[in-house]
Amino acid sequence: MRKTLSALISSLAFAAATLPAIAKEKLTIYTYESFTAEWGPGPQVKKAFEADCDCEVDFVSVADGVALLNRVKLEGAATKADIVLGLDTNLTADAKASGLFTPHGATAALDVPGGWNDDTFVPYDYGYFAVVYDTEKLKTPPASLKDLVEGDASQKIAIQDPRTSTPGLGLLLWVRSVYGDKAPEAWAKLKNRVLTVTPGWSEAYGLFTKGEAPMVLSYTTSPAYHMVAEKTDRYQAASFSEGHYLQVEVAGITTTGAKNPLSEKFMAFMTSPKFQDVVPETNWMFPAGKMDKPLDPAFDKLVKPAKTLAFSPEEIAKNRKAWVDEWLNVMSK
Amino acid sequence: MTADMPLRQGVSLHLDRTTFRYGEVGFAFDVEFPTGEITAVMGPSGSGKSTLLNLVAGFETPRSGRVLIGGKDFSDASPSERPVSMVFQENNLFAHLDVFRNVGLGISPSLALTAADHAAIADALARTGLAGKDKRLPRELSGGERQRVALARALVRDRPVLLLDEPFASLGPALREDMLDLVAAVQTERKMTTLFVTHQPRDARRIAAHVVFLESGTVAASGRAGDFFSASGPAAFQRYAGAADEG
Amino acid sequence: MAQRDEQIGTTANPLSQAAHPAALRDRRVGAGMAALAFVAILIGGAFLGLAIESAGDFSGAATALDSYLFRIVRFTLWQALLSTCLSVVPALFVARALARHPGFFGRNFILQLFAVPLALPAIVAALGVLALYGRAGYFASFLTKIAGEDWPGIYGLSGILVAHVFFNLPLCVRLFLEALQTVPADQWRLASQLGMGVRPAFRFIEWPALKQALPGVAGLVFMLCITSFTIVLILGGGPRATTLEVAIYQALRFDFDPARAVALTLLQVLLTFAVVALLSGLGANTTAETGLSVARRRYLSIGGGETVLNALLIMLALLFVAGPMMATIAAGLQSDLVRLIGEPAVHRATTTSAALAFLSALLATALSLSLVMARHGLAGRRGRTSGRSLLEYATDTGAGFVLVVPPIVIGAGWFLLLRHVGSAFAIAPVMVVAVNATMAMPFALRAIRPAYDAASERHERLCAQLGITGWARLRLIDWPVLQRPLATAFAFAMALSLGDLGVIALFGSDSLQTLPYLLLARMGSYRTADAAGLALLLGLVCFALILLADRLGKERSP
Repeated sequence: MRKTLSALISSLAFAAATLPAIAKEKLTIYTYESFTAEWGPGPQVKKAFEADCDCEVDFVSVADGVALLNRVKLEGAATKADIVLGLDTNLTADAKASGLFTPHGATAALDVPGGWNDDTFVPYDYGYFAVVYDTEKLKTPPASLKDLVEGDASQKIAIQDPRTSTPGLGLLLWVRSVYGDKAPEAWAKLKNRVLTVTPGWSEAYGLFTKGEAPMVLSYTTSPAYHMVAEKTDRYQAASFSEGHYLQVEVAGITTTGAKNPLSEKFMAFMTSPKFQDVVPETNWMFPAGKMDKPLDPAFDKLVKPAKTLAFSPEEIAKNRKAWVDEWLNVMSK
Repeated sequence: MTADMPLRQGVSLHLDRTTFRYGEVGFAFDVEFPTGEITAVMGPSGSGKSTLLNLVAGFETPRSGRVLIGGKDFSDASPSERPVSMVFQENNLFAHLDVFRNVGLGISPSLALTAADHAAIADALARTGLAGKDKRLPRELSGGERQRVALARALVRDRPVLLLDEPFASLGPALREDMLDLVAAVQTERKMTTLFVTHQPRDARRIAAHVVFLESGTVAASGRAGDFFSASGPAAFQRYAGAADEG
Repeated sequence: MAQRDEQIGTTANPLSQAAHPAALRDRRVGAGMAALAFVAILIGGAFLGLAIESAGDFSGAATALDSYLFRIVRFTLWQALLSTCLSVVPALFVARALARHPGFFGRNFILQLFAVPLALPAIVAALGVLALYGRAGYFASFLTKIAGEDWPGIYGLSGILVAHVFFNLPLCVRLFLEALQTVPADQWRLASQLGMGVRPAFRFIEWPALKQALPGVAGLVFMLCITSFTIVLILGGGPRATTLEVAIYQALRFDFDPARAVALTLLQVLLTFAVVALLSGLGANTTAETGLSVARRRYLSIGGGETVLNALLIMLALLFVAGPMMATIAAGLQSDLVRLIGEPAVHRATTTSAALAFLSALLATALSLSLVMARHGLAGRRGRTSGRSLLEYATDTGAGFVLVVPPIVIGAGWFLLLRHVGSAFAIAPVMVVAVNATMAMPFALRAIRPAYDAASERHERLCAQLGITGWARLRLIDWPVLQRPLATAFAFAMALSLGDLGVIALFGSDSLQTLPYLLLARMGSYRTADAAGLALLLGLVCFALILLADRLGKERSP
């Protein structure tokens, strides 16, 4: 078995090495690391699209969504990317302002909470931020954001820094959308429950699984990973009565990609079932388009937000700095 | 360059109105040393004996004046470009290299040695009484033997000027006399213009033909050794020598 | 004596020293100039790139200076100073204890172990520290009993300090030991002959050697702590604990404001410069009088009481450093190591990491050696009474300031600069090696300098006289004496590059995955166990490389 496998791999590698000689059409996609990981959607997406278009897909990955936008900004108009996949709605206004993206043509049938109309970016999946808790440590999780803010301060939560991470910014916007101008007061109370503020999602989630904190800011879909991959129900998301803040992940065509006919083709493919089937169990997010196969039952067990909370990209771009400064002010006291 | 050099004349050595400053202390030397002979450089501590040697060797550069060796101006030349060999009071050897290689460095600073060089080194070692000790490391040698290695290297370097900066100060009387005789024999053979710094009038009298006496950074007296050590020698020197003999 | 030197130094004209024809003729100085030029181009190019990008719009730089900035500057300096003191002072005594007991059981192993923390990515070290002292740590129940209430963990300043000491104490110990080993054996013989007890021996023999190394080592640790980022955020407990580095990162990453990033970086460099200048007043930059070290054996008579005390000190330091490492190992052993080791991705990452670290270490060692040689050459030229020239300063402490230029700034700057020429990503591996080597250079410098200076003091005149220069000098004279410190420098540089994430995070893509990058990727997709396993692998690779470097250092030495 192992022998045939390695023979297969080496013949594939050989085939891959000889492919460029035939000079197929090529599509370059910039994305984030976990998308192209072996367990991520990348490998399957590549295979499916290449079979469809008789072309070659070249993924280039960076650490995360923010790094992705920076990389494109650093390269400017000379970027090799045809498509940038993996920005979220916190970044789209900024991305548009860079002038490095062109409007897309087609809009397939999309299934994103709150609907979607954006002429430049197309969503491929979405998720909700949620407080994930350890059922072995916490018997009665907070039932609302208000509960979290006002509850027992000895039950700690690990959160992320809005200055450096997307979920951190997510929580900031979540509190803002629930408390409005009273957000600073809410943060002043919540502060006592915060164990620590980490630079990124990984660190906070690491502290959580090490048992340092019984709660962590993550996604409603996080428990699905533990249920499907680890066969455990230990980690669950708390359902908040005020609703959950939405994160939509999108892709856009760059000015470079506008000259490549494959770009539009990929965008159409991205919202088709062939792509969407892959997303839930590799990216651990909800599909933004129609699937051919049913969702894993684990997804049915996840928290279904009573209400979807979201600011428009323009509102975020306009207020982000002021809101982050406000947060800093309260949290630094 | 082999050890079997024909007898020859040494070169002239002239410090032509050289001045030097070391912090607050100033030095001024204007002196010509007898060609092909041994001159003892004497004087109290801090009078500038080592500074004088350093100026000749090139470890210090004069502020003004010239260092003339064989009539040529070497004032700005680096130590290795000068026709000079120097034996220090200590630290003459590289602790991690054996005797043979320590001497070999005198011929080639990169130790690229030919068969003829090997023979020359063996000769020099035999000449300095170190035959059979070529594989020893410095720490396996006595103090006298270490200075013999330094002399052996001066032999293979075969430069017309030899500077000895109190090289035998730490050796016992009998051993010191052996070493002095070795220096004298080598000098007679090679006719190197030799400067020999010492505190011991006895040592100077044993091998030096001339004496230069320094005081407060300048030459206070000079002359033939015989005149110096007689009752009619310079007064300053007599005061110093008397003190040195008592001490 | 030292202070007098420094005072005189301020009145001397530095340029006249640098322009000394003989100094420039010295090939060692030439090598140092080349190394300095390399560093200058690396940093200057980055700043140029960022300056061009900000295209005259410096509003971001202007608005950077507000009360928020004032607060973080205060915290940055405070935590860095405390961390430095807590790392340096105990290290002095641990190093001394290790120096006095060359036959201490497992001494070599301890020293090798002490190079490992540098190779651990900050997150791994933070989790290791928390595994002991955290709310759910091994000591939590014990600490709860003592405190009488639920142990709150070490979040806050104390957590930052513990983690910083974990990183820096072992480093200081090794560097101080390097300095102590330059004390000639003859001095020890003299001490024992004079019947010097522990105190006088410390005062007259060990302290002068340590004092000489102190400003440099303290400055180095200070620079490391001032740029701390991940540790400060994870263990700091909230944005009150924020360093300038975080602000720089934020400016470049989230706000994409190159002007602001440059302004903050310059502020960081200036602040560090001020503190390091103060620190240098603590020590002396004089070279001890050294003679030919002929005695091989150390003549030491150490009393029973002191032996016990020293052993205790060494054990305490070992426990403190080994604790978080043991926790990392324990966590790593719980992962599916067999599967991990079999993964092609892990093979690739290991190979990439080892190759990059090896090349970085090679370059870092060469750079440091060039600078050390140049510094000595320049110092020798100026004589003992005149002051240090700017150039000489640059070859020593000056070059260390690269440490406080964040790799993300260098990376981003070069990107912006090179995008006008072609793809900057094509030269990503070159950038990673160059930046890692430069960042490791100040460490390597500290490891090499004491031994080189001591050896040169003995050999300088002899080499000048015999005309032994350049390559021949390096091969015949310096290399045999420097093998061991060079190996130490190499091991340090390699460990640092192995654990690096700063540059990789920016340049890393599928084609350039290193072990830390892979580790963070696993962590970022719920695979915490894999990450723990990779941390263990990373530690093992580092340890293996250090063993190798040590062995190379011992070979052929007399």
